[in-house]
Amino acid sequence: MELSHQAKGSYTEVLASGRLNMVSAPTLRAYVGEVVSSGSSRIVVNLAQTSFMDSSGLGALIGCLKAARQAGGDLRIAAVQPQVKMVLELTSMDRVLTSYSTTEEAFGND
Amino acid sequence: MARFWTRLMVVLTLILGVNYIGWRWAASLNWDAWWIAVPLIVAETYSLIDVLLFGMTVWRLKERTGAPPARPDATVDVFVTTYNEPLEMVMNTALAAARIRHPHSTWILDDGDRPELRQLAAEHGLGYVTRGEDWANKPRHAKAGNLNNALMVTAGEFLLILDADQVPEPDILEKTLGYFNNRKVALVQTPQYFTNVPGDDPLGSQAPLFYGPIQQGKDGWNAAFFCGSNAVLRREALMELGLLGYVRETEKSIRRALAASKKAIRQGRKAADADSPLVGAMLDEVEAAIAQADSQLAAGKSLSELTYEVQRKVGAAVRTLVQADVHALQADLQEIAAMDLAAVGDTGVKVITDEAVQRLSAREWSPLGAMESVQAVLDALTVERAGEAQPLMPLATISVTEDMATAMRMHARGWQSVYHHEILAYGLAPEDIGTMMTQRLRWAQGTMQVLLRENPLTQRGLKWGQRLMYFSTMWSYLSGFAAIVYFAAPAIYLLLGILPVSSLSADFFIRFIPFMVVNQVLFAVAGRGIPTWRGQQYSLALFPTWIKACTTAARNVWFGRPLGFAVTPKSRQSGGPRWSLIRPQLAVAALLVVAAVAGTVRLATGLAEPVGTLVNVAWVVFDLLVLSVLFKAVRYRGHGPGANPTDPCNLSPDFPVETERNLDGA
Repeated sequence: MELSHQAKGSYTEVLASGRLNMVSAPTLRAYVGEVVSSGSSRIVVNLAQTSFMDSSGLGALIGCLKAARQAGGDLRIAAVQPQVKMVLELTSMDRVLTSYSTTEEAFGND
Repeated sequence: MARFWTRLMVVLTLILGVNYIGWRWAASLNWDAWWIAVPLIVAETYSLIDVLLFGMTVWRLKERTGAPPARPDATVDVFVTTYNEPLEMVMNTALAAARIRHPHSTWILDDGDRPELRQLAAEHGLGYVTRGEDWANKPRHAKAGNLNNALMVTAGEFLLILDADQVPEPDILEKTLGYFNNRKVALVQTPQYFTNVPGDDPLGSQAPLFYGPIQQGKDGWNAAFFCGSNAVLRREALMELGLLGYVRETEKSIRRALAASKKAIRQGRKAADADSPLVGAMLDEVEAAIAQADSQLAAGKSLSELTYEVQRKVGAAVRTLVQADVHALQADLQEIAAMDLAAVGDTGVKVITDEAVQRLSAREWSPLGAMESVQAVLDALTVERAGEAQPLMPLATISVTEDMATAMRMHARGWQSVYHHEILAYGLAPEDIGTMMTQRLRWAQGTMQVLLRENPLTQRGLKWGQRLMYFSTMWSYLSGFAAIVYFAAPAIYLLLGILPVSSLSADFFIRFIPFMVVNQVLFAVAGRGIPTWRGQQYSLALFPTWIKACTTAARNVWFGRPLGFAVTPKSRQSGGPRWSLIRPQLAVAALLVVAAVAGTVRLATGLAEPVGTLVNVAWVVFDLLVLSVLFKAVRYRGHGPGANPTDPCNLSPDFPVETERNLDGA
C-alpha cells in the first residue's frame, strides 16, 4: 500500500492506494499517527484507490479515528470503493465512519 | 499371401538395413569431416529406426470384416464440435448427424458461443452446448475443454465425435457400434477423408497410408488411436480417465503445496507485522495444521479428510485473528465513546456481529489473503480442483491434440481400440498452404507435447507393442532434423569436395543399394499400391515446421512458454501466393542448385572425381524433387467446384498417398 498526504487548509488529506490488509494495516496506523502528532488532527482518508480492506484494515482505520479524536480532531473517509463499502456496512462501521463522496465534502459542514 | 510378402520385406529391410547402417558406423565414417559425417550417420540411423517401426506396424496389419450388429438400445450422443467455422458448414454437418439412423441425440458444441447458432440449433431441434460460467477465468483447454464440458451435460453411453466439417453417413453408427459389444472396447476410429481435394493432392491432405496400413497395423497391436474426429468413444472409459486424472492431479497438487508450505510461511512471517503476536500465533497454527496434514498424507489418510481438517483449523485460526481485530476495534470505539459520546451516535457503541466475523474470516476477505504465498498453499490444499472449470477432465488436456493422449491413457488402463477401415464421414481439408502448415504444426506440436509429458515408452499399463506404436508416430515427427542433414550433405560435397563417407567404393554400393530397394518395395507391398511419394515429400519438405514443432513443444513443456497455438481455419484464406511461408525451403533449393552447378564445374576442371559428383548430383536432384511439392502448394488456390472429386467410397489406389496426419513410414 502506498501512502501520501497533503495539507488542504482546514484539514489534511491522506491518500491510501492499494490493499488495506493485515500486512499494510500497521503502516497506515503509523503513518496517520505521525501526521496527527505533527499537528494535523483533522484528517480525511481518501480511499478512492483502496480496492480491498480486511478486518485488520478496518481495525487500523478505527485506530486512526481514535488517534485523531485523542488529539482533539476527527477522521473522516471519502470515495469508498465497493468492497470497502460492503465491509463497513457488514460491521455497521458505516454508522461510525460516514463516507463522503469526495475529500472536499468531508469537512464541508464545519 | 499379402501378409507373407509384407513380413518377408520387413525381415529383409531389417537384415539389409542393419547390415548397411552397422557397416556405416563401423567402417565408413570419414572422421576428418566428423562435423558432417556424424550428423549424416545419425540421420541415417534415425531413418532406419523409422522404417523398422513402420515394418513393425504393418507386421500385424489387421483387416476387419465389419462389426457385429449393434445393441438397438445403445444410447449415443453425437457431438459436432465448432469454434469459428461458418454456420452453414456447421449446420450442414449437424443436420447430417441428426439423420444418422441409430437412435441418438445430436449436439452442437459451440465454443464460439454464437447466438445465431444457438437459434439455428433450436429451430432444428438439435442440442446446443456452450461453456458455462464455471469456465470464466479458467484454462479453456481448446477442443478437449469443449468436449469435457459437453460430457458433463449429456448422458449417452457412447459418443460420436465429429469436427464441424465432417459430414457423416446415416449408417456410421450401425457400422461401428457393434464393436462395443466387446465390453473392453473403448474407441472405434474411422478414416478422415476430404472431398475438396483434387486428384494430385498438392497439399498432401488425404492420408490413405495413415488411414490404411498404419492404423490397421496399429490395430493389430491394439494401439489404433483416436484422431479427434469420426470416432466413437465409450463414455465409461472416458469417465474413468477423468476420475483417475482428478485423483492424480489432486494428490499431486496437495503434495506440491505441502512441499512449498515451509517457505511460504517463512515469507508470510516476513511480510506481516513482526511485532504482532496475534499474526505470529495465527501463522503458528497454520504451520501446525499443515505439518499434521503432511504426516497424515504419509500415513495414508484420505485426501478429502486431511484437506478438510487443514481448512477447518486454518479457518479457526483466521477467525481468532479477526475476532482479535474486532475486539481491538471495539476497545478503540469504547475509548472514543468515553471521549465524545455524541460522535459515536445515539445507539451507543456498535457491536460487530458473529455473522460479520464469519464473513470477514471467509476465503474472500480473509486477512491471510495479504500473505499470497500462504494463501496459495492453502488454496492448493483442497479437493475441489479450483484451478480448473470442472474437477473431471475426461479428455486429456496435456496436449493441444487431446486425441492421442486420451487414447494412450485408455490403452494404459487396459481398454481396447478398433480401427474400422471404411469412410463414413466426408470432410474439408485446408485449401491453402498457410492453413495447411498451421494444421501440421499443431499436430506435430501436440504429438511432441505428449512425448515429452507422457512418454509412451515409460507409461505403466501399456504393452511393449503399444508403446512402440505410439512412439513410432512421435519418432516420425523428428524428421525435420534428418531433412537438414539430407539437404546439407550433398551440397557440402559438391561445393567443398568433402565426403562424409570414407570412400564411395563398391563396399558402399553393395550395402546401400539393396537396402534402398527393399525399403521401397516394403512400402509398395505394405501400401498395396498406394503411392507414398507425396508423404515422403512432405516429411522432408516441411522440415522448418517439424523443427519448430519440436522446439516450441519442448519450450512449452519444460519452461511453460505458450505454443503460439492457432485454430486451423476451415475456410480458404485469400491473397496471392505466400512465398514467404517457405523462405527456408527456397533458400535450400537455391543452395542445392548452386551446389550442383559448382560440382559440375569442379568435375570439369578435374577438382572432383566422377563417381562422387554423380552420386551427389543425383542426391541433389532427389532433394529438389522433394522440395518441388511446395512450389505447387504455394500456388494452389483451392479445389474448384467443377473439379472431379475422387470416388469417396473407397480409398482408391490411384490416390496420391500421404502421411499428413502422421509421418510414419515417410
